[in-house]
Amino acid sequence: MKKLINNPLKCADELLEGLVEAYNGECRHVGTRSIVKNDIPEGKVALLIGGGSGHEPIYHGLVGRNLADGAACGDIFAAPPPNIVLEATEAVNRGKGVLYLYGNYAGDVLNFDLGAELADDDDIEVRTVLIWDDVCSAPPTQKHNRRGIAGLVPIVKLAGAASQKVATLAELEAVAKKAVLQTRSVGVSMAPGSIPATGKPTFNIDEDKIGLGMGIHGEPGVGEIPMATADDLTVMMLDLIFADYEKDDEVDALAPGDEILLVVNSLGATTMMELLIALRKAKAVLTERGIKTYDVLVGDFVTCQEMSGISFSITRLDDELKQYWDMPCQSVCYSKMEGRYGG
Amino acid sequence: MGKSSLSITEVRDMMLAAAQRIIEAEPILTDADRALGDGDHGVGMERGMNAVKEALGGKDFPSVGKVFVGVGTAMMSSMGGASGALFGTFFRSGGKALGDGESLDAAGLALFWKEGSDNLMSRGGAKPGDKTMVDAIVPAAEKAAESTGQSITDALAAVAVAAAAGRDASESMIATMGRAKTLGENSLGKPDAGAVSVAIIAAAMSEFASGL
Repeated sequence: MKKLINNPLKCADELLEGLVEAYNGECRHVGTRSIVKNDIPEGKVALLIGGGSGHEPIYHGLVGRNLADGAACGDIFAAPPPNIVLEATEAVNRGKGVLYLYGNYAGDVLNFDLGAELADDDDIEVRTVLIWDDVCSAPPTQKHNRRGIAGLVPIVKLAGAASQKVATLAELEAVAKKAVLQTRSVGVSMAPGSIPATGKPTFNIDEDKIGLGMGIHGEPGVGEIPMATADDLTVMMLDLIFADYEKDDEVDALAPGDEILLVVNSLGATTMMELLIALRKAKAVLTERGIKTYDVLVGDFVTCQEMSGISFSITRLDDELKQYWDMPCQSVCYSKMEGRYGG
Repeated sequence: MGKSSLSITEVRDMMLAAAQRIIEAEPILTDADRALGDGDHGVGMERGMNAVKEALGGKDFPSVGKVFVGVGTAMMSSMGGASGALFGTFFRSGGKALGDGESLDAAGLALFWKEGSDNLMSRGGAKPGDKTMVDAIVPAAEKAAESTGQSITDALAAVAVAAAAGRDASESMIATMGRAKTLGENSLGKPDAGAVSVAIIAAAMSEFASGL
């Protein structure tokens, strides 16, 4: 594998140095391995995200204007240790508490919880909302055990906007929970990424098979199925999402007239051409069901090196979430203007 | 009959030897984790143990417990991931339980393993039989508790055998927690990578002490 790196064990640190340069003065490097916005106003409820590196542009690319205030960054594919979480927490705290919002992975939960305990020693109030949008990683009755994948992009965008408007940590927590509850994702993988430190693939899969519901590190999902066309696969994936809203007692089924955000994400190697072909079919399926795409996000958001694969995420908007979506945002991962694209 | 106890310096050097053994075992751990997890356990443990070498090498410690706390802090703050938090919790809580003691005997070893094991389980939520590092740690802690009347050398040897047996037993477990939980029955036949690491550390500790 030809890989444009220097010391394989320094990838996470060196990419963060580059990310700070990409932010061109809006964010700075803090402590061991965190990135934090420069202009967080006093009295603001803070939003902290984070997770393993190697999935760029998330998670740390979602720090920015009307987005997260900071990110605690782990090593490649590894959760940030508690001391990094603490350093980031202290750097974003403006006296109104800090919301931790991150993907539900065992390592992240352990380390962010340890970080929260350390922050509590410093009298910083922390609350946690976990992102669990990957419907293939557990049934609806156990949805709190699911992994977090590309649904985190609209979720962090909505929470980041809300963090500018709310007066209390509890209000921000409520918005983030609502965004999580209304978001569902399904991914497929066609080929693995590699671990930069070893050069080895993250998983193995036959050339003529795809992993339906496979996680971004190769965690198993529904199972392996024969390679399919973009149209067939898109229908299959969206049906899993529709079925999940239907089966989940806590949310309504997606119904005609509902307004959603649609995310079409590449896991790294899948090209924009392929994403657009899938998006074309997804839009047709949604239109047929009478579901309105309020906004569409298409591109590389949640990746795993040169992993080949695609994921769809849907977030259903209500009036409150729509108001937060309409706010502009800017970051390395995702930027938008006021309102909706084309609106 | 081996030595009755180890000095602070001997404990420090024993943990440096264990760190070196894990670093050398990186390819084994990587392969074990690729089979059932996301393949990063070997690299993470190597990173953690390099931090342990830096934290311990040539340093003086006021107590045996502080050596173990130093191991845990180095792992927790350098590794990240679930393994960093869990190994860090294990070594830190086990070390704290030893207080100001300036030597490690078999009774101290039993206390270290018991406190480390209990705190690890309450932090991580895994129980014996879930196919995690707990499946090597709990039998090791139980064996340490049975070995309090022995020399430290014999106690460490017995603990190492128990940890290895626990690692082997994890092969026939179906994962319900941790790295392989989503694999279900497909996790059968291979050991948990965290349990492999525990067995390597316990073996290296025993070998170091028996060579004194």
